[in-house]
Amino acid sequence: MFPTPIERTKPSTQLLYKIALPISIVIWLLPLIAVALTSIRSGADINSGNYWGMPTSINFVENYTAVFTDSPLGYYIFNSFKITIPTVIGALVLSSFTGFALGVYRFKLNLFVFFIFVAGNFIPFQILMVPVRDLSLSLGLYNSVWGLVVFHIAFQTGFCTFFMRNFIRALPFELIEAARVEGVSEFKIFWYVVLPLMRPAMAALSVLIFTFVWNDYFWAIVLTQGAEAMPVTAGLNSLNGQWVYNQHLVSAGSIIAALPPVLMFFLMQKHFIAGLTLGAVK
Amino acid sequence: MYSYWKNNQLKIAPWIFLAPGILMFSLYVVFPIFQSINLSFYQWDGLGTKTYIGVENYIELLDDEYFLVSLKNNIIWLVLYLLAVPAGLFAALFLNQTVRGIRIYKSMFFFPFVISQVVVGLVFSWFYAPSNGLLNVILEAFGFNSIAILAEEDYVTYGIIAAGLWPQTAYCMILYLTGLNSVDQEQIEAGRIDNARGWRMLWYVILPQLKPATFIAVVVTIIGALRSFDLIDIMTGGGPWGSSRVLAYYMYEKAFSEYGFRMGYGAAIAVVLLMIMMIYIATILYRLYRDERGD
Repeated sequence: MFPTPIERTKPSTQLLYKIALPISIVIWLLPLIAVALTSIRSGADINSGNYWGMPTSINFVENYTAVFTDSPLGYYIFNSFKITIPTVIGALVLSSFTGFALGVYRFKLNLFVFFIFVAGNFIPFQILMVPVRDLSLSLGLYNSVWGLVVFHIAFQTGFCTFFMRNFIRALPFELIEAARVEGVSEFKIFWYVVLPLMRPAMAALSVLIFTFVWNDYFWAIVLTQGAEAMPVTAGLNSLNGQWVYNQHLVSAGSIIAALPPVLMFFLMQKHFIAGLTLGAVK
Repeated sequence: MYSYWKNNQLKIAPWIFLAPGILMFSLYVVFPIFQSINLSFYQWDGLGTKTYIGVENYIELLDDEYFLVSLKNNIIWLVLYLLAVPAGLFAALFLNQTVRGIRIYKSMFFFPFVISQVVVGLVFSWFYAPSNGLLNVILEAFGFNSIAILAEEDYVTYGIIAAGLWPQTAYCMILYLTGLNSVDQEQIEAGRIDNARGWRMLWYVILPQLKPATFIAVVVTIIGALRSFDLIDIMTGGGPWGSSRVLAYYMYEKAFSEYGFRMGYGAAIAVVLLMIMMIYIATILYRLYRDERGD
């Protein structure tokens, strides 16, 4: 292991390390801790400028309820789920097809198609802004949850294809060969042979896509207008504009908006990391 | 018909599987890229008729001082954002231990990457706030003058980049932690016998083995830097006086906000951004191609 395992160092170094760990984590998360602390303060404290002194009262329950009762944040969160979940499903379906096609078959344009997916995934997506907005308008999908879903599915298919294809390439090809010799059709090979083996890739991609899409802000403001289809990222920003003097409430809202991807990460940490490292570093 | 399928299914099947994905990806990603490039040669307000004006949008860009500010900021972003790579490496080295509770520490270090950039942006703008922000409270406690980072033309971009480095460092850290897991144990022991320790060990034995992690870290960081938009919109809206804009943000303003509805001009800015990105995309594809040939 590198660096040298701490158990093999002098006791003083070991002690130093154990003290440094919690201190470094507090410094690293300081901005977030500050927000968490603000989110349980009372409005009176905020108005009198008492941000960092002793709080006059702990308003945890009041503030976190107020966010849901006094603002449409709950509605925005619901929108975020309505956008994120279908996107995850759609992108997984499309990319398990494309990944299978590019991973299993040898044909002339294979690498070319693969590179298009990879390159498209890396472009600065802002270049798509004007045409995609026009397209959504003409399909009648502008300012709707489905408009965002369809776009996200299409865009995420690039990354997912990349991931799925590399994953399938690493599977034992003999399984497919054996099935072919038995005369199993290609569709059945996909369904009964390859798909069951793709579960880890699907798990990794679903947490990753969930996080990417949940956290998307750019497309939320380009493809929606007003509260109707707005996801929580854009909603939170507009809330911040309206609640200038209620920083404690916006803080509570921020914490709530951050929770779903954080929970997702904690529950599926292993898959999440496997996805992020693109399977390239094992 | 059935026998045709039977005889040719190996040729047809891949295209059946590819069709839905290619259709969607073309419609929403591939065609729009070319539509944008095409649009950059037109003048268009988004509603009326498009007028072909050749390269005039691009000529105008050369004289547009806000464009040059955005371009300069993009370069600053690109250079400083890469600090996330070494920072992530050191965080990973710091945390690559097996003491009690280390998994929780690793997860908590990774936290900033999981939360939305909107939240990161809000968190940091409160952190920087001139009167009540924690940063200035700390600065004053140590006897320094408080500074309004996001209101100063000279500091604002750096302030936003610092906020961006927070999640990006976490991402690079996770890449390196995974990489460190698979470092060859024998080589380390061999290095130890040859008396390579600390920096020398890191440089000559560890880093070469971390190459794949470094490659991905650099790629995702560059992409992140060139796509930067969310933090700028949340923290400053491009201000003060347009001094924190980057190309992606300036394009959005020109095309969609009260400053413009100049779709063609916005598209031209996006094309410039794409050209910068193409250098990196070409490198990535070349490496992929090399690896594929190596199979």
